[in-house]
Amino acid sequence: MIPISYYLLLSAFLFACGVTGFLIKRNIITLFMSIELMLNGVNLSFIAFATRLQTLDGHIFVFFVMVVAAAEAAVGLAIIISVYRTRETLNVDRVNLLKL
Amino acid sequence: MHLFLFLLFGGICAGGAVNLLIQRKTINSALSLIVVMGSLALIYLLLGAEFVAVVQVIIYAGAIMVLYIFVIMLLNAGEEEQAKGSNVAKIFGIPGLFAGGIIGIWVLLQHRPAEQGVKIGALYGPADQVGWMLFNKYLLAFEVTSILVLIAIMGAVVLARRGNN
Amino acid sequence: MSALTFLIVAVIKIAVTLGVLLTVVAYTVWLERKVVGRMQNRWGPSRVGPFGLLQPLADGIKFLLKEDLTPPYVEKNIYLLAPGLALIMALTSIAMVPIGPVIHLFGITTPVQITGVVDKFGQASDINVGILIVLGITSLGVYGIALAGWSSNSKYSLLGSLRASAQMVSYEVSLGLSLVGVLLMSSTLSLSGIVHAQLGTWFGFIPQWFIFKGQFVAFFIYMMAAFAETNRIPFDLPEAETELVAGYHTEYSAMKFAMFFMAEYANMVTVACIASVMFLGGWSGPPLPFLPLAVQAFLPLLWFSSKIFGFLFLYIWIRGTLPRFRYDQLMAFGWKFLFPLALANVVVTAFFVAFHAQWPGR
Repeated sequence: MIPISYYLLLSAFLFACGVTGFLIKRNIITLFMSIELMLNGVNLSFIAFATRLQTLDGHIFVFFVMVVAAAEAAVGLAIIISVYRTRETLNVDRVNLLKL
Repeated sequence: MHLFLFLLFGGICAGGAVNLLIQRKTINSALSLIVVMGSLALIYLLLGAEFVAVVQVIIYAGAIMVLYIFVIMLLNAGEEEQAKGSNVAKIFGIPGLFAGGIIGIWVLLQHRPAEQGVKIGALYGPADQVGWMLFNKYLLAFEVTSILVLIAIMGAVVLARRGNN
Repeated sequence: MSALTFLIVAVIKIAVTLGVLLTVVAYTVWLERKVVGRMQNRWGPSRVGPFGLLQPLADGIKFLLKEDLTPPYVEKNIYLLAPGLALIMALTSIAMVPIGPVIHLFGITTPVQITGVVDKFGQASDINVGILIVLGITSLGVYGIALAGWSSNSKYSLLGSLRASAQMVSYEVSLGLSLVGVLLMSSTLSLSGIVHAQLGTWFGFIPQWFIFKGQFVAFFIYMMAAFAETNRIPFDLPEAETELVAGYHTEYSAMKFAMFFMAEYANMVTVACIASVMFLGGWSGPPLPFLPLAVQAFLPLLWFSSKIFGFLFLYIWIRGTLPRFRYDQLMAFGWKFLFPLALANVVVTAFFVAFHAQWPGR
């Protein structure tokens, strides 16, 4: 028997790590990975609550979150590649001009 | 046994998340994120969500992170430049982080009725039941998601293609 | 069955399966050199032992004794991690494969499958999502190759690993979709369940394998995608020796190179196992009543290993026959031919399965 709060604690920790990474990192790819980390933290709490409430809806939500994350990664990485092509940097601080 | 497994995989998971933050090189961050996802899949298995666990490995670790690694290799993203940390953040941030964490843990552990525990396999989520719900209760959402994925594919192709101008 | 017996049986099964797998890997290399040699009018290995049968042993000793170079300017940790990752991922998926039916040995009843157990009805049962786990492990296998090429800090390796990761991710889609037809017909994701769905024969001798039940196109797609997934000729672009020296393992030597080599052949064996389980009925086969009783007991294992041997021979045969694709041809073949074909197969199979469910007996 594990209290459900342990799972929620881990989930919150992962989410907090994601937020911290998003705030302190400068590399645009790492920023994207921090977003994935936040999504993973949320997924864990979905699964934990699904088990707690004895219903499978949480699993379905995780499934949808994964699909959306996949779509986001595809488009986001394409944007990163095109940004790198025009500006030749991955540092978000240097990507601060609308027009080159 | 269950607690031991949870602490083991949870520890690996938390360690990977912290490692993602402290690594300078992008590829190391990506690898630690893969570790986080793998151990999360094992935690899902502990919770009885076998289909979601496998899908987590296939989609997250096997498809999305391969894409990340591919882009990191393609752009040859090495070490990142560090921003100058402000002193205010150091003075107030680190104690604040600890205080917030302790308050969070305290609040969570205070509200812990005994019956809130979950056992191994307390809810069993086999593939056929997940699929049944997906194609009945959530059919509309499923179809909308497929349109979203289609748009994402087209967007990625248009963005990544070498421009004509 | 007590916990201790369970543990002992599991360890014995793992040890035996791993030993057999590694032996098969070693002798596939020998078989390949021999068969390709004969196809090219050469002898192949013939000096070490009769018919060169001890050649794998000599190769192993050579790999162990060679100097283990680590080139300067490599990413040390990832460079060391990559071969191990490739080999582990290649060897793990054999654990899901049902090699034989339930056997009774020394008073213990257990299926010949590492992850298999006997349920309370005496039936073999295994992981419910076995085939998905195999696909997941296969999709993790790409990391070994991608990281090896990237960490070597060499242009040839990087090109090889970029090609490998793009190719494996692309062909994985067709590979997964080609299996969907079989999953629809057997209505289970467990590998031993899929084998059980293919037991039985028509007219007493034609086995009811899924390849004869209309999944022939899926079998073709699976084989094509599997060749690409294991980086074999005609899809061996990642290690094309005429352009990239040796592709992603250019900078590896001695045992680390041997680990990549073993991973490739272990992947071939795994892919052959999955193909025979999904399409050719796994360990099932037409009954051969004229054989003596002692041989009958080993018939399932015999069927399974002969199917694996057939697939391995097919791999070698194709290697001796076909030239290599160009890279754009490879991608076009994967996305514009195999992928739509796999989708069409899924739609047609789904239609027939739904038709049967609606009006059974037609």
